[in-house]
Amino acid sequence: MKKILKYVIADIVQNKIVVIYTAILLIISFSVFNLENNAAKGIASLLNLVLLIVPLICIIFSTIYIYNSAEFIELLVSQPLKRKTLWLSLFGGLSISLSIAFLIGVGLPVLLYHGDSTGFMLIISGLFLTISFVSIAMLAAGLTRDKAKGIGFAIALWLFFALIFDALVLFLLFQFQDYPLENAMVVMSFFNPIDLSRIHILLEMDIRALMGYTGAVFQEFFGSTNGIIFSFAGLFLWIIVPLMFSLKTFKKKDL
Amino acid sequence: MIELKQISKKFGRLQVLKNISTRFEKGECIALLGPNGCGKTTMIKSILGMVIPDKGDILFNKVAIKKDWQYRSRIGYMPQIGRYPENMTIANLISMMKDIRKQEGIEPDEELVHAFGLDKMMNKKMRTLSGGTTQKVSAALAFMFQPDVLILDEPTAGLDPVSSLTLKEKIIKEKEKGKLILITSHILSELDDLVSKVVYMNEGNFLFEKPLQILREETGEEKLSRAIAKVMNQQKLSRARIAENQLT
Repeated sequence: MKKILKYVIADIVQNKIVVIYTAILLIISFSVFNLENNAAKGIASLLNLVLLIVPLICIIFSTIYIYNSAEFIELLVSQPLKRKTLWLSLFGGLSISLSIAFLIGVGLPVLLYHGDSTGFMLIISGLFLTISFVSIAMLAAGLTRDKAKGIGFAIALWLFFALIFDALVLFLLFQFQDYPLENAMVVMSFFNPIDLSRIHILLEMDIRALMGYTGAVFQEFFGSTNGIIFSFAGLFLWIIVPLMFSLKTFKKKDL
Repeated sequence: MIELKQISKKFGRLQVLKNISTRFEKGECIALLGPNGCGKTTMIKSILGMVIPDKGDILFNKVAIKKDWQYRSRIGYMPQIGRYPENMTIANLISMMKDIRKQEGIEPDEELVHAFGLDKMMNKKMRTLSGGTTQKVSAALAFMFQPDVLILDEPTAGLDPVSSLTLKEKIIKEKEKGKLILITSHILSELDDLVSKVVYMNEGNFLFEKPLQILREETGEEKLSRAIAKVMNQQKLSRARIAENQLT
Protein backbone atom coordinates (compact mmCIF):
# COMPACT_ATOMS: atom_id res chain seq x y z
CA MET A 1 0.00 0.00 0.00
CA LYS A 2 2.74 2.42 1.00
CA LYS A 3 4.66 1.84 -2.22
CA ILE A 4 1.74 2.67 -4.48
CA LEU A 5 0.75 5.62 -2.30
CA LYS A 6 4.26 7.02 -2.74
CA TYR A 7 3.97 6.91 -6.54
CA VAL A 8 0.49 8.44 -6.53
CA ILE A 9 1.56 11.36 -4.33
CA ALA A 10 4.73 11.93 -6.36
CA ASP A 11 2.60 12.03 -9.50
CA ILE A 12 0.07 14.47 -8.03
CA VAL A 13 2.79 16.82 -6.82
CA GLN A 14 4.43 16.76 -10.27
CA ASN A 15 1.07 17.67 -11.71
CA LYS A 16 1.41 21.24 -10.33
CA ILE A 17 -2.38 21.78 -10.19
CA VAL A 18 -2.34 21.02 -6.48
CA VAL A 19 0.52 23.47 -5.98
CA ILE A 20 -1.42 26.18 -7.82
CA TYR A 21 -4.53 25.32 -5.75
CA THR A 22 -2.51 25.75 -2.56
CA ALA A 23 -1.12 29.08 -3.70
CA ILE A 24 -4.56 30.42 -4.66
CA LEU A 25 -6.08 29.36 -1.33
CA LEU A 26 -3.18 31.01 0.47
CA ILE A 27 -3.52 34.28 -1.46
CA ILE A 28 -7.29 34.43 -0.91
CA SER A 29 -7.00 33.63 2.81
CA PHE A 30 -4.33 36.24 3.49
CA SER A 31 -6.09 38.92 1.48
CA VAL A 32 -9.41 38.23 3.24
CA PHE A 33 -7.79 38.62 6.64
CA ASN A 34 -5.91 41.75 5.59
CA LEU A 35 -8.95 43.45 4.04
CA GLU A 36 -11.06 43.13 7.19
CA ASN A 37 -9.70 44.63 10.36
CA ASN A 38 -11.93 42.28 12.30
CA ALA A 39 -10.62 38.73 12.05
CA ALA A 40 -14.05 37.27 12.90
CA LYS A 41 -15.43 38.86 9.72
CA GLY A 42 -12.54 37.31 7.85
CA ILE A 43 -13.55 33.90 9.12
CA ALA A 44 -17.12 34.49 7.93
CA SER A 45 -15.83 35.31 4.42
CA LEU A 46 -13.55 32.31 4.43
CA LEU A 47 -16.53 30.16 5.32
CA ASN A 48 -17.94 30.52 1.81
CA LEU A 49 -14.58 29.66 0.32
CA VAL A 50 -14.38 26.51 2.40
CA LEU A 51 -17.96 25.47 1.79
CA LEU A 52 -18.16 26.09 -1.96
CA ILE A 53 -14.75 26.34 -3.63
CA VAL A 54 -12.96 23.59 -1.72
CA PRO A 55 -15.55 20.87 -2.52
CA LEU A 56 -15.72 22.02 -6.15
CA ILE A 57 -11.96 21.84 -6.70
CA CYS A 58 -11.66 18.56 -4.80
CA ILE A 59 -14.41 16.78 -6.71
CA ILE A 60 -13.33 17.98 -10.17
CA PHE A 61 -9.62 17.47 -9.67
CA SER A 62 -10.11 13.99 -8.20
CA THR A 63 -12.49 12.86 -10.94
CA ILE A 64 -10.16 14.04 -13.69
CA TYR A 65 -7.18 12.52 -11.93
CA ILE A 66 -8.84 9.11 -11.72
CA TYR A 67 -9.69 9.20 -15.42
CA ASN A 68 -6.16 10.28 -16.31
CA SER A 69 -4.74 7.44 -14.24
CA ALA A 70 -6.42 4.88 -16.49
CA GLU A 71 -3.04 3.73 -17.82
CA PHE A 72 -1.53 3.54 -14.37
CA ILE A 73 -4.51 1.51 -13.12
CA GLU A 74 -4.42 -0.77 -16.15
CA LEU A 75 -0.71 -1.40 -15.70
CA LEU A 76 -0.94 -2.19 -12.00
CA VAL A 77 -4.04 -4.37 -12.13
CA SER A 78 -2.05 -7.01 -14.05
CA GLN A 79 0.66 -6.93 -11.39
CA PRO A 80 0.73 -8.84 -8.09
CA LEU A 81 -1.36 -6.30 -6.21
CA LYS A 82 -4.81 -6.35 -4.70
CA ARG A 83 -7.31 -4.16 -6.49
CA LYS A 84 -8.32 -2.86 -3.09
CA THR A 85 -4.76 -1.72 -2.37
CA LEU A 86 -4.59 0.10 -5.68
CA TRP A 87 -7.93 1.88 -5.26
CA LEU A 88 -7.31 2.86 -1.65
CA SER A 89 -3.86 4.13 -2.60
CA LEU A 90 -5.41 6.41 -5.21
CA PHE A 91 -7.91 7.62 -2.61
CA GLY A 92 -5.17 8.07 -0.01
CA GLY A 93 -2.90 9.93 -2.42
CA LEU A 94 -5.63 12.35 -3.45
CA SER A 95 -6.88 12.90 0.11
CA ILE A 96 -3.43 13.44 1.55
CA SER A 97 -2.26 15.88 -1.10
CA LEU A 98 -5.51 17.88 -1.18
CA SER A 99 -5.63 17.95 2.64
CA ILE A 100 -2.08 19.25 2.82
CA ALA A 101 -2.97 21.89 0.23
CA PHE A 102 -5.95 22.93 2.36
CA LEU A 103 -3.93 22.95 5.59
CA ILE A 104 -1.30 25.21 4.06
CA GLY A 105 -3.70 27.38 2.07
CA VAL A 106 -6.42 27.91 4.67
CA GLY A 107 -5.25 26.28 7.89
CA LEU A 108 -2.07 28.29 8.22
CA PRO A 109 -3.62 31.79 7.79
CA VAL A 110 -6.56 30.90 10.05
CA LEU A 111 -4.26 29.75 12.82
CA LEU A 112 -2.19 32.93 12.43
CA TYR A 113 -5.11 35.38 12.47
CA HIS A 114 -7.89 33.61 14.30
CA GLY A 115 -6.49 30.61 16.10
CA ASP A 116 -9.37 29.95 18.49
CA SER A 117 -12.00 27.22 18.63
CA THR A 118 -13.97 28.74 15.70
CA GLY A 119 -10.90 28.75 13.50
CA PHE A 120 -10.12 25.26 14.56
CA MET A 121 -13.65 24.11 13.71
CA LEU A 122 -13.33 25.70 10.28
CA ILE A 123 -10.12 23.79 9.60
CA ILE A 124 -11.48 20.45 10.80
CA SER A 125 -14.70 20.83 8.81
CA GLY A 126 -12.73 21.85 5.72
CA LEU A 127 -10.57 18.74 6.03
CA PHE A 128 -13.59 16.49 6.36
CA LEU A 129 -15.19 18.18 3.33
CA THR A 130 -12.00 17.76 1.29
CA ILE A 131 -11.79 14.05 1.98
CA SER A 132 -15.50 13.34 1.58
CA PHE A 133 -15.55 15.08 -1.81
CA VAL A 134 -12.54 13.02 -2.91
CA SER A 135 -14.54 9.99 -1.89
CA ILE A 136 -17.63 11.17 -3.81
CA ALA A 137 -15.42 11.85 -6.84
CA MET A 138 -14.08 8.29 -6.75
CA LEU A 139 -17.64 7.04 -6.86
CA ALA A 140 -18.52 9.32 -9.78
CA ALA A 141 -15.41 8.26 -11.70
CA GLY A 142 -15.97 4.58 -10.93
CA LEU A 143 -19.52 4.53 -12.22
CA THR A 144 -18.88 5.36 -15.85
CA ARG A 145 -16.12 4.72 -18.37
CA ASP A 146 -16.86 7.88 -20.32
CA LYS A 147 -14.65 10.71 -19.09
CA ALA A 148 -17.00 13.52 -20.17
CA LYS A 149 -19.99 11.84 -18.53
CA GLY A 150 -18.03 11.19 -15.34
CA ILE A 151 -16.84 14.78 -15.01
CA GLY A 152 -20.34 16.04 -15.81
CA PHE A 153 -21.76 13.80 -13.14
CA ALA A 154 -19.20 15.07 -10.62
CA ILE A 155 -20.11 18.70 -11.37
CA ALA A 156 -23.82 17.86 -11.09
CA LEU A 157 -23.18 16.29 -7.69
CA TRP A 158 -21.37 19.41 -6.51
CA LEU A 159 -24.21 21.62 -7.77
CA PHE A 160 -26.69 19.43 -5.95
CA PHE A 161 -24.88 19.60 -2.62
CA ALA A 162 -23.86 23.24 -2.87
CA LEU A 163 -27.07 24.83 -4.24
CA ILE A 164 -29.95 22.55 -5.18
CA PHE A 165 -30.14 20.75 -1.87
CA ASP A 166 -30.68 24.02 0.00
CA ALA A 167 -33.33 25.08 -2.48
CA LEU A 168 -35.14 21.79 -1.91
CA VAL A 169 -34.97 22.23 1.84
CA LEU A 170 -36.34 25.77 1.60
CA PHE A 171 -39.12 24.56 -0.69
CA LEU A 172 -40.09 21.86 1.81
CA LEU A 173 -39.99 24.36 4.65
CA PHE A 174 -42.42 26.67 2.89
CA GLN A 175 -44.72 23.87 1.80
CA PHE A 176 -44.97 22.44 5.28
CA GLN A 177 -44.61 25.61 7.33
CA ASP A 178 -47.68 24.75 9.40
CA TYR A 179 -45.96 21.71 10.79
CA PRO A 180 -43.11 21.50 13.29
CA LEU A 181 -40.14 20.67 11.08
CA GLU A 182 -37.22 21.37 13.40
CA ASN A 183 -36.33 17.77 14.08
CA ALA A 184 -36.81 16.82 10.46
CA MET A 185 -34.39 19.61 9.55
CA VAL A 186 -31.71 18.12 11.76
CA VAL A 187 -32.15 14.79 10.00
CA MET A 188 -32.15 16.45 6.56
CA SER A 189 -28.86 18.16 7.21
CA PHE A 190 -27.18 14.79 7.54
CA PHE A 191 -27.86 14.12 3.87
CA ASN A 192 -25.52 16.88 2.78
CA PRO A 193 -21.90 17.11 3.93
CA ILE A 194 -21.74 20.81 3.03
CA ASP A 195 -24.78 21.62 5.20
CA LEU A 196 -23.39 19.60 8.03
CA SER A 197 -20.13 21.55 7.97
CA ARG A 198 -21.91 24.89 7.57
CA ILE A 199 -24.07 24.34 10.64
CA HIS A 200 -21.03 23.27 12.59
CA ILE A 201 -19.12 26.42 11.86
CA LEU A 202 -22.08 28.80 12.20
CA LEU A 203 -22.90 27.42 15.62
CA GLU A 204 -19.31 27.71 16.69
CA MET A 205 -19.22 31.31 15.44
CA ASP A 206 -21.94 32.30 17.87
CA ILE A 207 -24.34 33.68 15.28
CA ARG A 208 -27.00 31.07 15.91
CA ALA A 209 -29.36 33.90 16.88
CA LEU A 210 -29.56 34.60 13.16
CA MET A 211 -30.95 31.14 12.63
CA GLY A 212 -34.13 31.67 14.63
CA TYR A 213 -36.03 28.91 16.32
CA THR A 214 -34.53 26.22 14.10
CA GLY A 215 -31.15 27.50 15.16
CA ALA A 216 -32.09 26.79 18.72
CA VAL A 217 -32.98 23.22 17.85
CA PHE A 218 -29.67 22.87 16.04
CA GLN A 219 -27.93 24.40 18.99
CA GLU A 220 -29.61 21.92 21.28
CA PHE A 221 -28.61 19.05 19.04
CA PHE A 222 -25.26 20.08 17.59
CA GLY A 223 -24.04 22.23 20.44
CA SER A 224 -24.02 19.55 23.04
CA THR A 225 -21.13 17.15 23.05
CA ASN A 226 -23.34 14.37 21.72
CA GLY A 227 -24.41 16.59 18.84
CA ILE A 228 -20.80 17.24 17.87
CA ILE A 229 -20.01 13.55 17.97
CA PHE A 230 -23.06 12.68 15.87
CA SER A 231 -22.41 15.29 13.25
CA PHE A 232 -18.76 14.32 12.89
CA ALA A 233 -19.89 10.73 12.61
CA GLY A 234 -22.18 11.95 9.80
CA LEU A 235 -19.25 13.59 8.00
CA PHE A 236 -17.20 10.48 8.53
CA LEU A 237 -19.93 8.38 6.91
CA TRP A 238 -19.80 10.76 3.94
CA ILE A 239 -16.18 9.63 3.52
CA ILE A 240 -16.64 5.91 4.13
CA VAL A 241 -19.89 5.14 2.29
CA PRO A 242 -19.07 6.56 -1.18
CA LEU A 243 -15.58 5.05 -0.92
CA MET A 244 -16.96 1.59 -0.11
CA PHE A 245 -19.43 1.75 -3.01
CA SER A 246 -16.71 2.87 -5.41
CA LEU A 247 -14.41 0.08 -4.19
CA LYS A 248 -17.16 -2.45 -4.80
CA THR A 249 -17.65 -1.30 -8.40
CA PHE A 250 -13.90 -1.13 -9.02
CA LYS A 251 -13.41 -4.71 -7.84
CA LYS A 252 -15.81 -5.92 -10.53
CA LYS A 253 -14.60 -3.64 -13.29
CA ASP A 254 -13.18 -5.05 -16.54
CA LEU A 255 -10.04 -3.30 -17.70
CA MET B 1 -0.60 -25.18 -14.19
CA ILE B 2 -3.42 -22.96 -15.45
CA GLU B 3 -6.87 -24.45 -15.68
CA LEU B 4 -9.98 -22.79 -17.08
CA LYS B 5 -13.30 -24.25 -16.04
CA GLN B 6 -16.33 -23.30 -18.09
CA ILE B 7 -15.50 -19.63 -18.45
CA SER B 8 -18.19 -17.37 -19.89
CA LYS B 9 -18.04 -13.65 -20.38
CA LYS B 10 -20.45 -11.14 -21.85
CA PHE B 11 -19.71 -7.53 -22.74
CA GLY B 12 -23.15 -6.01 -22.84
CA ARG B 13 -25.08 -8.20 -25.28
CA LEU B 14 -21.99 -9.61 -26.93
CA GLN B 15 -21.01 -13.06 -25.71
CA VAL B 16 -17.21 -12.96 -25.93
CA LEU B 17 -16.33 -16.27 -24.26
CA LYS B 18 -18.67 -19.24 -24.43
CA ASN B 19 -18.14 -21.86 -21.80
CA ILE B 20 -14.44 -22.42 -22.34
CA SER B 21 -12.54 -25.15 -20.50
CA THR B 22 -8.93 -26.06 -20.95
CA ARG B 23 -5.61 -26.72 -19.24
CA PHE B 24 -2.17 -25.30 -19.88
CA GLU B 25 0.77 -27.20 -18.41
CA LYS B 26 4.32 -26.27 -17.56
CA GLY B 27 6.80 -26.50 -20.43
CA GLU B 28 4.16 -25.97 -23.08
CA CYS B 29 4.32 -23.21 -25.63
CA ILE B 30 0.84 -22.47 -26.80
CA ALA B 31 -0.21 -20.51 -29.84
CA LEU B 32 -3.57 -18.89 -29.39
CA LEU B 33 -4.96 -18.24 -32.85
CA GLY B 34 -8.16 -16.96 -34.33
CA PRO B 35 -9.68 -14.06 -36.25
CA ASN B 36 -9.91 -10.56 -34.77
CA GLY B 37 -12.44 -10.25 -32.01
CA CYS B 38 -12.71 -13.96 -31.30
CA GLY B 39 -11.99 -13.55 -27.59
CA LYS B 40 -8.24 -14.23 -27.37
CA THR B 41 -7.37 -11.07 -25.48
CA THR B 42 -10.42 -11.40 -23.25
CA MET B 43 -9.32 -14.91 -22.30
CA ILE B 44 -5.80 -13.69 -21.54
CA LYS B 45 -7.13 -10.81 -19.49
CA SER B 46 -9.35 -13.18 -17.53
CA ILE B 47 -6.31 -15.26 -16.62
CA LEU B 48 -4.62 -12.07 -15.41
CA GLY B 49 -7.66 -10.99 -13.42
CA MET B 50 -8.11 -7.84 -15.48
CA VAL B 51 -11.44 -9.06 -16.80
CA ILE B 52 -13.73 -10.83 -14.40
CA PRO B 53 -15.63 -13.75 -15.98
CA ASP B 54 -19.39 -13.96 -15.45
CA LYS B 55 -19.26 -17.69 -14.89
CA GLY B 56 -16.65 -20.35 -14.23
CA ASP B 57 -13.38 -20.64 -12.39
CA ILE B 58 -9.76 -20.15 -13.27
CA LEU B 59 -7.23 -22.14 -11.29
CA PHE B 60 -3.55 -21.28 -11.07
CA ASN B 61 -1.59 -24.17 -9.59
CA LYS B 62 -4.92 -25.58 -8.40
CA VAL B 63 -5.85 -22.42 -6.49
CA ALA B 64 -8.80 -20.33 -7.68
CA ILE B 65 -7.64 -16.86 -8.69
CA LYS B 66 -10.82 -15.11 -7.60
CA LYS B 67 -9.64 -14.32 -4.10
CA ASP B 68 -5.94 -14.67 -4.78
CA TRP B 69 -3.68 -11.99 -6.18
CA GLN B 70 -0.19 -13.20 -5.40
CA TYR B 71 -0.24 -15.66 -8.30
CA ARG B 72 0.32 -12.67 -10.59
CA SER B 73 3.89 -12.40 -9.31
CA ARG B 74 4.55 -15.57 -11.33
CA ILE B 75 3.19 -14.20 -14.59
CA GLY B 76 4.91 -11.90 -17.02
CA TYR B 77 2.43 -10.15 -19.29
CA MET B 78 3.09 -8.27 -22.47
CA PRO B 79 -0.07 -6.47 -23.59
CA GLN B 80 -1.09 -5.99 -27.19
CA ILE B 81 -1.08 -2.21 -26.79
CA GLY B 82 0.99 -1.22 -23.79
CA ARG B 83 -0.43 1.83 -22.07
CA TYR B 84 1.80 3.46 -19.50
CA PRO B 85 1.65 6.56 -17.28
CA GLU B 86 2.63 9.28 -19.73
CA ASN B 87 4.73 11.41 -17.44
CA MET B 88 7.01 8.61 -16.30
CA THR B 89 10.38 8.07 -17.90
CA ILE B 90 11.49 4.57 -18.84
CA ALA B 91 13.78 4.60 -15.82
CA ASN B 92 10.90 5.65 -13.51
CA LEU B 93 8.69 2.92 -14.87
CA ILE B 94 11.30 0.19 -14.54
CA SER B 95 12.24 1.21 -11.01
CA MET B 96 8.57 1.33 -10.01
CA MET B 97 7.97 -2.16 -11.37
CA LYS B 98 11.05 -3.41 -9.58
CA ASP B 99 9.78 -1.81 -6.39
CA ILE B 100 6.42 -3.56 -6.74
CA ARG B 101 7.56 -6.96 -7.98
CA LYS B 102 10.94 -7.47 -6.33
CA GLN B 103 11.18 -10.86 -4.66
CA GLU B 104 13.79 -12.41 -2.45
CA GLY B 105 16.48 -14.28 -4.35
CA ILE B 106 15.34 -13.25 -7.83
CA GLU B 107 17.69 -11.01 -9.78
CA PRO B 108 15.87 -8.81 -12.30
CA ASP B 109 16.63 -10.02 -15.79
CA GLU B 110 17.64 -6.98 -17.82
CA GLU B 111 18.84 -8.82 -20.88
CA LEU B 112 16.14 -7.34 -23.12
CA VAL B 113 16.67 -3.82 -21.79
CA HIS B 114 20.20 -3.99 -23.12
CA ALA B 115 19.38 -6.00 -26.23
CA PHE B 116 16.79 -3.44 -27.30
CA GLY B 117 19.06 -0.52 -26.44
CA LEU B 118 16.54 0.86 -23.96
CA ASP B 119 19.34 1.66 -21.52
CA LYS B 120 20.40 4.49 -23.85
CA MET B 121 17.04 6.24 -23.67
CA MET B 122 16.19 5.78 -20.01
CA ASN B 123 15.29 9.44 -19.52
CA LYS B 124 12.72 9.60 -22.28
CA LYS B 125 9.14 9.99 -21.16
CA MET B 126 6.67 7.26 -22.06
CA ARG B 127 4.51 9.79 -23.91
CA THR B 128 7.29 10.55 -26.39
CA LEU B 129 8.03 6.93 -27.31
CA SER B 130 7.07 5.41 -30.65
CA GLY B 131 4.74 2.43 -30.78
CA GLY B 132 7.62 0.05 -31.40
CA THR B 133 9.69 1.38 -28.54
CA THR B 134 6.70 1.08 -26.22
CA GLN B 135 6.41 -2.56 -27.32
CA LYS B 136 10.08 -3.04 -26.43
CA VAL B 137 9.46 -1.63 -22.96
CA SER B 138 6.49 -3.98 -22.54
CA ALA B 139 8.61 -6.94 -23.59
CA ALA B 140 11.48 -6.00 -21.30
CA LEU B 141 9.07 -5.71 -18.36
CA ALA B 142 7.35 -9.01 -19.09
CA PHE B 143 10.63 -10.94 -18.96
CA MET B 144 12.24 -8.96 -16.15
CA PHE B 145 11.05 -10.83 -13.08
CA GLN B 146 11.74 -14.38 -14.21
CA PRO B 147 8.11 -15.48 -14.19
CA ASP B 148 7.03 -19.12 -14.57
CA VAL B 149 4.36 -18.12 -17.06
CA LEU B 150 4.75 -15.71 -19.96
CA ILE B 151 1.68 -14.31 -21.62
CA LEU B 152 2.51 -12.49 -24.82
CA ASP B 153 -0.30 -10.78 -26.71
CA GLU B 154 0.87 -10.02 -30.25
CA PRO B 155 4.47 -9.67 -29.10
CA THR B 156 6.03 -8.80 -32.45
CA ALA B 157 3.38 -6.43 -33.78
CA GLY B 158 5.09 -3.11 -34.44
CA LEU B 159 8.64 -4.35 -33.84
CA ASP B 160 11.30 -4.01 -36.51
CA PRO B 161 12.71 -7.28 -37.94
CA VAL B 162 15.90 -7.16 -35.85
CA SER B 163 14.09 -6.57 -32.56
CA SER B 164 11.51 -9.11 -33.50
CA LEU B 165 14.26 -11.69 -33.93
CA THR B 166 15.86 -10.69 -30.61
CA LEU B 167 12.51 -11.20 -28.88
CA LYS B 168 11.97 -14.55 -30.59
CA GLU B 169 15.35 -15.79 -29.45
CA LYS B 170 14.54 -14.70 -25.93
CA ILE B 171 11.24 -16.58 -26.04
CA ILE B 172 13.00 -19.76 -27.18
CA LYS B 173 15.53 -19.38 -24.40
CA GLU B 174 12.79 -19.10 -21.79
CA LYS B 175 10.89 -22.00 -23.31
CA GLU B 176 13.94 -24.19 -22.87
CA LYS B 177 13.91 -23.35 -19.17
CA GLY B 178 10.58 -25.15 -18.99
CA LYS B 179 8.26 -22.20 -18.67
CA LEU B 180 4.69 -22.05 -19.80
CA ILE B 181 4.38 -19.63 -22.71
CA LEU B 182 1.13 -18.36 -24.20
CA ILE B 183 1.40 -16.44 -27.46
CA THR B 184 -1.18 -14.86 -29.68
CA SER B 185 -0.06 -13.76 -33.10
CA HIS B 186 -1.33 -13.33 -36.60
CA ILE B 187 2.07 -13.86 -38.15
CA LEU B 188 1.97 -17.64 -38.26
CA SER B 189 5.34 -18.08 -39.91
CA GLU B 190 6.93 -16.73 -36.75
CA LEU B 191 5.38 -19.39 -34.58
CA ASP B 192 6.63 -22.40 -36.56
CA ASP B 193 9.69 -23.16 -34.49
CA LEU B 194 8.29 -21.93 -31.16
CA VAL B 195 4.99 -23.58 -30.59
CA SER B 196 4.18 -26.99 -29.15
CA LYS B 197 0.40 -26.72 -29.13
CA VAL B 198 -2.17 -24.81 -31.16
CA VAL B 199 -5.46 -23.50 -29.86
CA TYR B 200 -7.80 -22.06 -32.47
CA MET B 201 -10.62 -19.84 -31.27
CA ASN B 202 -13.63 -18.53 -33.13
CA GLU B 203 -16.49 -16.44 -31.76
CA GLY B 204 -15.70 -17.28 -28.19
CA ASN B 205 -15.34 -21.03 -28.68
CA PHE B 206 -12.36 -23.34 -29.04
CA LEU B 207 -12.56 -24.73 -32.56
CA PHE B 208 -9.72 -27.13 -31.94
CA GLU B 209 -6.87 -27.65 -29.55
CA LYS B 210 -4.06 -29.88 -30.76
CA PRO B 211 -0.35 -30.45 -30.32
CA LEU B 212 1.50 -29.07 -33.32
CA GLN B 213 2.97 -32.47 -34.16
CA ILE B 214 -0.45 -34.09 -34.49
CA LEU B 215 -1.74 -31.15 -36.50
CA ARG B 216 1.15 -31.56 -38.92
CA GLU B 217 0.55 -35.30 -39.27
CA GLU B 218 -3.17 -34.89 -39.81
CA THR B 219 -2.84 -32.26 -42.46
CA GLY B 220 0.41 -33.45 -43.98
CA GLU B 221 1.67 -29.87 -43.99
CA GLU B 222 4.94 -28.81 -42.45
CA LYS B 223 4.15 -25.09 -42.18
CA LEU B 224 1.76 -23.96 -39.48
CA SER B 225 0.07 -21.41 -41.73
CA ARG B 226 -0.74 -24.06 -44.34
CA ALA B 227 -1.88 -26.57 -41.75
CA ILE B 228 -4.30 -24.05 -40.24
CA ALA B 229 -5.59 -23.08 -43.68
CA LYS B 230 -6.20 -26.72 -44.50
CA VAL B 231 -8.09 -27.40 -41.28
CA MET B 232 -10.23 -24.32 -41.85
CA ASN B 233 -11.06 -25.42 -45.39
CA GLN B 234 -11.92 -28.94 -44.28
CA GLN B 235 -14.28 -27.55 -41.70
CA LYS B 236 -15.91 -25.27 -44.23
CA LEU B 237 -16.35 -28.28 -46.55
CA SER B 238 -17.83 -30.48 -43.88
CA ARG B 239 -20.19 -27.70 -42.84
CA ALA B 240 -21.24 -27.23 -46.45
CA ARG B 241 -21.80 -30.95 -46.75
CA ILE B 242 -24.00 -31.02 -43.67
CA ALA B 243 -26.00 -28.15 -45.08
CA GLU B 244 -26.35 -29.97 -48.38
CA ASN B 245 -27.54 -33.13 -46.67
CA GLN B 246 -30.12 -31.18 -44.79
CA LEU B 247 -31.42 -29.71 -48.03
CA THR B 248 -31.74 -33.03 -49.87
